[in-house]
Amino acid sequence: MNRRRWVPWLVFGLPVLVFSVWAIADNASLYFKTLLNGLTLASLYFLVASGFTLVFGLMRNVNLAHGSLYLIGAYVGWMVGERTGSWVLAVIAGFLAAAILGLLMQVLIFRHMQGQDLRQTLVTIGLSIVLADLALWAWGAEIYTFDPPSWIYGSTTLPLVNKFPTYRIFVFIASIVIGVGLWLLLARTRVGMMIRAGVDDRGMLAASGVNVQRVFALTFAIGAGLAGLAGVVGGTALSVSPGEDTRYLLASLVVVIVGGMGSVVGAAIGALLIGLAEQFGLAYAPTYSVVFTFVIMVVALAFKPRGLMGKRIV
Amino acid sequence: MSAAQWRRAMNSSAAAGAAAARRPTDLHAVAPATHGTPSPTGSGLWPWLRNALRAVRVRHVVVLACLLVYPFVASPFFTFQIGAQSLALGLIALSLTFLGGYGGMVSLAQMTVAGFAAYMLAIFGTSSNTGISLGWPWWLALVVAIALATVFAAAIGWLSVRTEGIYTIMITLAVGVAFFYLAQQNYTVFNGFQGFSRIAPPTLFGHDLHEPMPFYFIVLACALAGYWFVKYLIHAPFGVALQGIRDNPRRMQALGFDVTAHRVAAYAVTGFIAAVGGVLLVWYNGRISPGTVGTGAMINILIIAVLGGMKHPIGAFIGAIVFVLLQNFAIDLVDRERFNLVIGGVFLAIVLFSPDGLLGLWQFLRTRLAGRITNRGPGRIHQRQRRSET
Repeated sequence: MNRRRWVPWLVFGLPVLVFSVWAIADNASLYFKTLLNGLTLASLYFLVASGFTLVFGLMRNVNLAHGSLYLIGAYVGWMVGERTGSWVLAVIAGFLAAAILGLLMQVLIFRHMQGQDLRQTLVTIGLSIVLADLALWAWGAEIYTFDPPSWIYGSTTLPLVNKFPTYRIFVFIASIVIGVGLWLLLARTRVGMMIRAGVDDRGMLAASGVNVQRVFALTFAIGAGLAGLAGVVGGTALSVSPGEDTRYLLASLVVVIVGGMGSVVGAAIGALLIGLAEQFGLAYAPTYSVVFTFVIMVVALAFKPRGLMGKRIV
Repeated sequence: MSAAQWRRAMNSSAAAGAAAARRPTDLHAVAPATHGTPSPTGSGLWPWLRNALRAVRVRHVVVLACLLVYPFVASPFFTFQIGAQSLALGLIALSLTFLGGYGGMVSLAQMTVAGFAAYMLAIFGTSSNTGISLGWPWWLALVVAIALATVFAAAIGWLSVRTEGIYTIMITLAVGVAFFYLAQQNYTVFNGFQGFSRIAPPTLFGHDLHEPMPFYFIVLACALAGYWFVKYLIHAPFGVALQGIRDNPRRMQALGFDVTAHRVAAYAVTGFIAAVGGVLLVWYNGRISPGTVGTGAMINILIIAVLGGMKHPIGAFIGAIVFVLLQNFAIDLVDRERFNLVIGGVFLAIVLFSPDGLLGLWQFLRTRLAGRITNRGPGRIHQRQRRSET
């Protein structure tokens, strides 16, 4: 048993270790810069995927419109940021816009088709097509960029890496804060307890007198809001344009498949793996960076079909 | 009784009383006898044909006649752009209908398999990019492309059957998008963003398949073959076992069926159908680029299958016709840019109000008009599943 446990670590850890030693010896600055970039990307992926996995874990709803929520949150945030000139307000607006949209989706549509997994997913596909086209109509095909406030603008000098954008460090820290906040919400509050109970057994939760529909609506709003928030945060780090919805949808899908569906910790691990793999792939083998992501998914599925942190769903 | 004896007996009976043999009572008398023989392979062509034709109804003959007459009355635009394209897209959607409706695995990667076949055809056959294309004769390239695409589909199946249910859609979507990005970024094999162009259909029996009418007929032949193949599979032991696995995998496992093998085989079979559709589609377009296998295209196949209805193979073709008509004529109703809004809206309306697609709508109207509620057919199983999943 003990032996079986460290065999996979050896098989996958050793090549990574060998690569790291070679890369540090070859060009330490590039290696650490890539590492930091990977962490930034992983933070973004975590923000998007945590909402996705939360919604899936509780409602078994594969929300393929999650990427659209990201995009709409980013656009609304951009509009508010442009009007008020405040980046913080833009983040809040992005969160609220996506949360309200998600709430409407849950209350108006998904509530009425509980337990019909496939139909719900098909509806989210339809919604994603419509939302993407509406966004294209309203905001056009231009590329939008945000201006982060001055206190996180510019660059910071770090050891090993000469200069690194402060904003990216901020994204990394912010996502840790949000991740911890999410964990506190789930582990320490009454609402979190209800959500966790719902993930394990919806029927039992309803039978013990909890208004399950309200818990569902709240979870959907939080999950969607996180996507909208990630839209503004990610839009500031990179940019916002049509097509980003598919990109982040794919990222959340792979992160959640690798990490395990319905687990926030799994989303963090999955995001870390995928984010790092993508950045290192881009830096060291540009043509095949997608292949790395894909290989991680295949390996995870081959050994743990329900994801690294996934558990058997009843 | 040996095979030769059987054939002789069949021939003599057919020659003796062709008119009498056509009577339905006679037909029933022959059919069990054929099944009872130890060597059913040698049962001859005639009873097999009669068995096959037994399911033919008037509506089949009418539809077939319309399809055959269609290119002679329609303009080349309607023959090629509407007719041939609908049938080719319908063939790819048909593979999804079989996999999703009868296997219970809704895969978004069917277009990826079709696109893979098209890419292989371009790589092994001839295209404008002589640096990559190997320039093999078209029939060899065709066979290799379809065979490789079938293997590819089986690999996707092997990967996605490791989990089941709603996960399938996520995994196949991830596989499809990954293939799209790979095709877009790789220049050595897939020629990146440009893809391949000038993939000409061959000349067959003196007819240039690039002409609308010969091309229409070759697509029609493939579509009909695919349709009958799927209809046959549904009633074959494999198809019946697959439907059993869809409804209750654990029970089928307990009965001694290899669930994983059946599912992977279903992916391979539908991959073959999708590959044929993909080859037809690349001949239709004349080129292949990453956009052909993008997320939009993958979802379009799902839209076609759901639009028509996934409970009957014909739904795929009905969905394809509606889809292609909308694609070509929605421009007249709304802005050219807003096609996605129209198709997304139609899709949403169908999913929200008639989950069984246009076929379900038709069924509903018919029962409404007849004034009675019938609850027969494969739909019953889906409903029972829904009830139990609360």
